[in-house]
Amino acid sequence: MLEQISQLLQTAFSHVLSAFINKLVPLVGVGGSVESVEVVEIKTIVYAVALLAVLGVIFGIALAMVAARFVVKVDPKVEQVRETLPGANCGACGFAGCMGYAEAVVGNPDVAPNLCAPGKSPVAAKIAQITGKAAGAVDPKIARVFCQGGRSKSQRKFIYSGVMDCTAAVLAAGGDKSCDFGCLGYATCMRACPFGAITMSDDSLPLISKEKCTACGKCVAACPKQVIELGLMSKAVVISCHSKDKGIDVKKKCQVGCIACGICVRTCPVEAIKLDNNLARIDHSKCITCGLCIKKCPTGAIHDYIPVRPKAFIHADKCAGIDVCAKVCPVSAISGDVKAVHKVDQSKCIGCGMCEARCPKKAIEMVQASSSSAGTHAQKEMAAV
Amino acid sequence: MFEKVLTIFIASALINNFVFSRYLGLCIFFGVTKKMETSIGMSFTFTAVMMIGAALSWFIYTYVMVPFQLGFLKIVIFIGVVAAFVQAADTIMKKVTPALYYKLGIYLALIVTNCIILAVPLINAEEHYSLFESMALALGSGLGFSLALIIMASIREKLDLADVPKSFQGLPISFVLTGLIALAFLGFSGMITL
Repeated sequence: MLEQISQLLQTAFSHVLSAFINKLVPLVGVGGSVESVEVVEIKTIVYAVALLAVLGVIFGIALAMVAARFVVKVDPKVEQVRETLPGANCGACGFAGCMGYAEAVVGNPDVAPNLCAPGKSPVAAKIAQITGKAAGAVDPKIARVFCQGGRSKSQRKFIYSGVMDCTAAVLAAGGDKSCDFGCLGYATCMRACPFGAITMSDDSLPLISKEKCTACGKCVAACPKQVIELGLMSKAVVISCHSKDKGIDVKKKCQVGCIACGICVRTCPVEAIKLDNNLARIDHSKCITCGLCIKKCPTGAIHDYIPVRPKAFIHADKCAGIDVCAKVCPVSAISGDVKAVHKVDQSKCIGCGMCEARCPKKAIEMVQASSSSAGTHAQKEMAAV
Repeated sequence: MFEKVLTIFIASALINNFVFSRYLGLCIFFGVTKKMETSIGMSFTFTAVMMIGAALSWFIYTYVMVPFQLGFLKIVIFIGVVAAFVQAADTIMKKVTPALYYKLGIYLALIVTNCIILAVPLINAEEHYSLFESMALALGSGLGFSLALIIMASIREKLDLADVPKSFQGLPISFVLTGLIALAFLGFSGMITL
């Protein structure tokens, strides 16, 4: 009885299925050397399902066995480090993507934990914690524009009307700016920045945000005049000009260009500036960011990226009157007799920090005008003076 | 019989080269030929996977699918077999030759979706080749593909030093080159009528 019912059901199912397929097939067409059949037998379907199931099971077991036999031991720290990294795979660390850096920093004792540029200090600290390496001070880099010649300060050769993009403008006789080395101001870099760190000022010069810039280098590559360079954020005094023209020509084309007069070279207390090809350049390995050159530059080509300079303050209780500070002060702002407590004239002080570096008693502190807890005692005293 | 095997072998390697005459397997072809070492690594891996995949597929087709008239499942089963085998090869390579594994990277997994890997078992099934003939086709296709990869890699490495216009750099000029080589391979056609 049961057999008869199952027989019936099977034939019924086959006929329904084949009727359906035979209606559909003339519409859709059979291809690929598959023969169409009159009646789809139930056993074909069973065999097909069985074959696929069996193959699936066999492959599953085989793969599991292979995976168990050929297992590669992965240090779990690698995965932990990989999770702390931003995952942008930008390659700024010098390794092939974030996974490459994760493996290198865990496996190789010489690789520093602070190489991730977009990650900056928080990531460096986490990696140092996971790998047990010393974090070291992260010296972040930032992109800087080597041109201060905005529209109000520089001349234009002709009126450019075309695609408002620097790469397009540069095709028209090298750009509409009189100075061949300057920034054209059509915001190609702004569009190239993936972090939105660049905005254009009213004077058509790019302004790079300290907080958002990760020194990925895309703006450097995008600028057709190669006016943007990557530099250490700590080296905050920069000669913002790339002009290799002679001084007289520079003067005609731009009010704030470097005329290679050499005053800065002579002024620099550590001989960090050199003239090369009608352009002064600061050697940042020697530069102490004292800022003396900024004031002496006749065209104002040198830019100070420290917005407010701190002032030196001598703690009276620590000063032993050694007088080294007064000798090294480039603006002679420190007065005092030998063996007596010295004092800094706040109006003359330019915040270069040379006295603080030289004082053997560590009696000098550089205090910010708007300040933090460290400075308040000193500031109150300063204010009282 | 031996004649037929040799004919199939030469035909699949040169005359009907899978890359230059049939335009299959181009993804891996362009991806891996940037460097010579990845190309050589890939050609060995591909030939090995091809031969074993074709053998497995042939066995399953001849002894399981034909008797039970499950020919319509060809594509599914062949891809399944190759996928499982490539996964095994992936795991084994990671342990045994990690350097090559990292160099090949994603392209090892991409062998699964390579058209040639599917084309060879399908051709074997349709033409009802015997085991030896199927192996000849697989070996020929592997060697033909390796030849294509090596030719392309040697040209592309030199291309880095050439003055290519910016809009052509990278993939466009490679396509143009492949077309030119395909034209050259046309010279083989008619050598053996298959």
